[in-house]
Amino acid sequence: MKRLQLSDHLVLIGGVIFMVAPVMIAIMTSTHDAITIYKSGLQFLPGGQMLENYETVLFRAGGFTKEVNGLVMMKNSLILGLGFAIGKIVISMLAAYAIVYFRFPMATLCFWVIFCTLLLPLEVRILPSYEIVQSLGMTNTYSGLIVPLIASATGTFFFRQFFMSVPDELLEAARIDGAGPWKFFFDILVPLSKTMIAAIFIIMFVYGWNQYLWPTLITTDEALFTLVRGIKQIMQVWVGAQIPALNEAMALAILAMLPPVIVVVIFQSWFIKGLVESDK
Amino acid sequence: MKKVLFQSRLVPYLLLFPQLSIVIVFFLWPAAEAVRASFYLEDPFGFGSTFVGFDNFVDTVTSTDYGRVARFTAVFTSLVTFLSLGLALLLAVKADKVLRGSSTYKTLLMWVYAVAPPVAGLIGVLLFDQHVGPIVDFVAIFGWNLNIGVDYYDTAFAMTVTAVWKQVPVNFIFFLSGLQGISKSVQEAASIDCRSGFRRFWTVTFPLLAPTGFFLLIINITYAFFDTFGIVDILVKNEPGNNPVTLVYKVYLDGFRGNDLGGSSAQSVILMALVFILTVIQFRLIERRVHYN
Repeated sequence: MKRLQLSDHLVLIGGVIFMVAPVMIAIMTSTHDAITIYKSGLQFLPGGQMLENYETVLFRAGGFTKEVNGLVMMKNSLILGLGFAIGKIVISMLAAYAIVYFRFPMATLCFWVIFCTLLLPLEVRILPSYEIVQSLGMTNTYSGLIVPLIASATGTFFFRQFFMSVPDELLEAARIDGAGPWKFFFDILVPLSKTMIAAIFIIMFVYGWNQYLWPTLITTDEALFTLVRGIKQIMQVWVGAQIPALNEAMALAILAMLPPVIVVVIFQSWFIKGLVESDK
Repeated sequence: MKKVLFQSRLVPYLLLFPQLSIVIVFFLWPAAEAVRASFYLEDPFGFGSTFVGFDNFVDTVTSTDYGRVARFTAVFTSLVTFLSLGLALLLAVKADKVLRGSSTYKTLLMWVYAVAPPVAGLIGVLLFDQHVGPIVDFVAIFGWNLNIGVDYYDTAFAMTVTAVWKQVPVNFIFFLSGLQGISKSVQEAASIDCRSGFRRFWTVTFPLLAPTGFFLLIINITYAFFDTFGIVDILVKNEPGNNPVTLVYKVYLDGFRGNDLGGSSAQSVILMALVFILTVIQFRLIERRVHYN
């Protein structure tokens, strides 16, 4: 029995090394200077340049137009992540409430119109979506960045499932007490959904923060670049240089992954609950 | 369906208005536009377009380039799906078994979920870099001159490894929660009846996990198709030339770089049909899964 446990641990440790090592190497590399890396490859041990490198990518203006730095990109990433998560939750809760708790003509039609969005990811209809956003004059704006991403109904589907599981007695009791639709929604349904909202929020924040293709197309103005969008710039400016500044490239990559990773690790149990249940 | 409902003329439409307007403007309209454009040949300088029927589809499907990309996508998707599912299942089974440190393992194995695909791609591109990458040095010991961006198969290899790395955590989370959902009494009964741990896994645990597995299969195929865009884009270093790309990447390339609106739209429509089929299968499976419980 003891030996079995040992082999289990060995497999798990192997798995952990596979998952963690690439990022560890990235972190270690981000603490060295560019020449060392250029001469002897990516680094496995910490160096003495950590503060300088992170300071450079956070505060020194870079990119083509020299008007964007890591801090600005981080702000944009936060706006995208939070805006997407909050927008999606508000809109999909309202829609799910209407679908589950009201009887009205064309309800089935509305339901199917919303749910057919689950069928097509943005990547498939990318070109026409871009053209429409462009014709609406929404390129290089935060709304052009966020709103089209909200179009998919994953959140609505999730809240619909949850509202269906709320016992009918609650609504009966609320109606006997004279509560209208708005009062029932804000005083009973929203407080009941708290953990669900938290779980969805985490998933959506990570999803929004990590968007790449859409921000790449919509933002050409560097002042609106997100960190993940900036990776493409890293490839061209840092990695493509004569002596590539891989230390700074890695520092920026670490900054781009840090916030979502922290959120997922800290709120792990909510996140896992949300992920596993939202797909049921 | 709820038994008790609100009756109101205005309120439900008010509630649905934000979602419906976004869906119509940013979903239905572009989707319809893609279908329309797939039947037209657009003038490259924007002077109108001609209806060409199914020509765009015929051109797309019969082009050798498309065939090559489609074949690569099929192989890439099956490899990523198979490897990431297999690895995740192995790790989940072990993590479910160990008594000590199981929550530490869980955290360490799942956090990569939050890493964005292009960030994974950037780390991948440097680990596999000809000049600074440790993986290149390592495989050189075995005489393999790994050269991504130049050699088609080497790039495909790096792409697959990076994509698997990024996808293992999701599968791990689902498998682990599936395993933890198997009741203790079933496991105890099985361990009394069958001493071989391996056989016990195949005859009892595996069938009980099958619904989760089928469901994950679809999730993984969708992932390999669409969510790997960032990985592919970074790993080909903006120079797709002779490098392997996926079908979704080709839609983007032909549409934005090649300015071939009709061809790109036709490819979109083909992908739409594919996703539609996958989603129908997925819904069927979900229904069945609910049935199991």
